[in-house]
Amino acid sequence: MRRAAIGIPEDFRASVAEMAEHETNPLSKYVLEQIGCNYEAALEDQRPMCGDTGLPRYFVKMGNDCCIEGGFAALERALRRATAQATREIPLRPNRVHPLSRKDHNNNLGVHAPEIQYAFEPEGDWLDLTTVHKGGLFGSDYRMLFPADGIPGIKRFFLDTMVEFGRRGMACQPAIVGLGIGGCKDTTMRIAKEAACLRPVGDVNPDPEIAALEAELTELGNSIGMGPMGFVGKSMVVDTHIEIAYAHTGGMPVAIHTFCFASRRATARITPDGQVRFRSDPQWFTPYYRREGI
Amino acid sequence: MTDNSPNDLQMNTVRLSCPVRPEDLRQLKLGDLVFLDGVVFTGREGVYKRYLDEAIEPPVPFQKISNVNFHCSPAATPLEDGDYSVRAVTATASFRFGKWMPRWFAQTGCKLIIGKGGMPSRDYKKLFVPNEAVYLTTVGYGLGATYGRGVKSVKSVHWLEELGIAQAMWVLEVENMGPFIVESDLEGRSLFELSNKAINQNLAKLYEGLPEPVLRRYGETTDRRDEVL
Repeated sequence: MRRAAIGIPEDFRASVAEMAEHETNPLSKYVLEQIGCNYEAALEDQRPMCGDTGLPRYFVKMGNDCCIEGGFAALERALRRATAQATREIPLRPNRVHPLSRKDHNNNLGVHAPEIQYAFEPEGDWLDLTTVHKGGLFGSDYRMLFPADGIPGIKRFFLDTMVEFGRRGMACQPAIVGLGIGGCKDTTMRIAKEAACLRPVGDVNPDPEIAALEAELTELGNSIGMGPMGFVGKSMVVDTHIEIAYAHTGGMPVAIHTFCFASRRATARITPDGQVRFRSDPQWFTPYYRREGI
Repeated sequence: MTDNSPNDLQMNTVRLSCPVRPEDLRQLKLGDLVFLDGVVFTGREGVYKRYLDEAIEPPVPFQKISNVNFHCSPAATPLEDGDYSVRAVTATASFRFGKWMPRWFAQTGCKLIIGKGGMPSRDYKKLFVPNEAVYLTTVGYGLGATYGRGVKSVKSVHWLEELGIAQAMWVLEVENMGPFIVESDLEGRSLFELSNKAINQNLAKLYEGLPEPVLRRYGETTDRRDEVL
């Protein structure tokens, strides 16, 4: 969690640096340069890069032969303990409150918090633990579109979301934009979030048609004329990632999820010999996870 | 600069002492880059509700602390010696706090509001201008480490027990904390509004050939020049 909160993944850092170089609007360019300086300040001082350290959550992936001492409940208890410890020690902002009473226990724990999501791979005895830190008040939306809306409908919804939340920089752009297309409503939202948060910059969908749409939407987002903070500029979308799920025959639900420029993710692979290896690419989307074979 | 273009800002660097003096605010122009020294305090919905809606006085009157109100929650933790560590500071979106601002200005005399994303322009004209207040926006917005570096010490924290770490009122001594951008000046002009106007000119072309959705939604506006604030 410390790695995620403090160190920007290299793929994202390099992309923002490139945007800063090419941005022509002085105000937007200044903001992008300051974002770069902030990444450096966070690393140098070992402090969280953003004061909103988000809602801690975990993505757990296990090889089929992975065994956990104490079982799954032990893993979940350990993750809850780690959340409270990281909140105290890094420190993270205790963001989690009761939704009605607003009671804050100052440890980021609560009902259904933190979220833990699971996935599996057919081979392997390892466990991959990914943490993502992000805010989440602005920059996401869901819409039930229909086959008659087609690709133009998706583009329009994409533009609506980017313009709506891009103004004043509410989405904290430049961002990685994730789209979920299809599935049930909860699946649509989930894969959009995973697409934004768990695929590194430069990663393309294996389906060439979807990959082409990803590239097209990135270009469309950067042609709005909007930069960071909603200032005039052309630096809005760092990358677009699309994931699909099979949908109801009558519908084409779409969800859009932006992952801000404090794009914090870190993965640890734990193997039975007790070794822990860190990386910034979660490798979450695999042929098995996408169930590409029909 | 002209009233219509956000492209020819001077972006002067200005250093301000907090609490701020009214005459210091006169020099601020839209797009100027501001760095702060002195004392600022955090206050957001928790503080506003408690002070304005529940009429509970803080242990120290706001006027004696500072006239600079930061819409933020620090990533802070108590240390064993009773002090606090504030490592990263990021603002929260200010537009949500408009309903408290008239009474807030009247009762506290705040002159400088720092936050994320500004307020609707009508609030500047109606609330900020009569109270001679200026709005500074944080940059980015996730420059938590950069602003954290500007925190010299935590002078005190009020209502920690009642409101929790995120909503408590943190009184911070800051040194060269910044950069902040002047979003609204003493005349109530808004940098975001200028930016919106410039961006709106491109929208009709952008949406060309993209049909209205088959199913529309309640509350939907079809005029993309509108904001949702």
